[in-house]
Amino acid sequence: MSVALFLAVAAVLLVASFSVVTGKDLVRSVLWLAVALAGTAVLFVLLQAEFIAAVQILLYTGGIITLMLFGIMLTARITGVRIVVGSAGRIRGALVAIGVFAVTAWAVLASPAAYVAREGPDPESTTRLIGASFLTEYLLAMEVLSLLLLAVMIGAIVLARRRDPS
Amino acid sequence: MNPPLTWYLLLAAALFAVGTYGLLTRRNAVAILLSIEIMANAVNVNLVAFSRFLNDLAGQVFTLFAISLTVAEVVVGLAIVVLLYRDRDDVRADLADRMRG
Repeated sequence: MSVALFLAVAAVLLVASFSVVTGKDLVRSVLWLAVALAGTAVLFVLLQAEFIAAVQILLYTGGIITLMLFGIMLTARITGVRIVVGSAGRIRGALVAIGVFAVTAWAVLASPAAYVAREGPDPESTTRLIGASFLTEYLLAMEVLSLLLLAVMIGAIVLARRRDPS
Repeated sequence: MNPPLTWYLLLAAALFAVGTYGLLTRRNAVAILLSIEIMANAVNVNLVAFSRFLNDLAGQVFTLFAISLTVAEVVVGLAIVVLLYRDRDDVRADLADRMRG
């Protein structure tokens, strides 16, 4: 059951990701990215990480996709035509990508860790444990992260603000 | 029966490779950002899979940090793209090859 679901999600993920990087229509690429990100959330549920799955849907599929659409609308002349994006150097790109996959897959298959690791018993809800570790073990990291988010917010406003005509 | 760890790692490697292809071949800056998203997402799959199979919560915590950082990166990236568009009327990444205006 789990294996069949995994294979189905994997197929959807690969097709969606491929459509994102090869599609001609930029808006459709973004919508395919939404499919890929939602599929990843299903993978997280399969891995018993339901909190991560929820965050994935909220932040990625909700936030990023909206942001990307705004980005496209702001940077293309909206004239009713499709926003066409081209690709270049396809053969070289494909060669590098296949090389990356080959090296990574070789490393994965050669690594003993992949065979030693076994799934433990199903954990109870990890949400409580994640919350506790954020406020104890990873407190400093979380505070630094919130500072970073503040800096990013200010930085984005400063960068994208319309300058005075003077 | 559940899929073994190797399957997750291979899937993540394939997704990462697809993202690499997009990163190298795309011309539009927004499309390049989309490819980076796919690569970051593949890495998150790895982290969560290891967290499950090694019974270590740190992987999930790291994934949350990674998701937040990716969102931050997209915000700054899009701000730069908007700025570029306002300056050049074009978001092809090849054209942004000058450090001075």
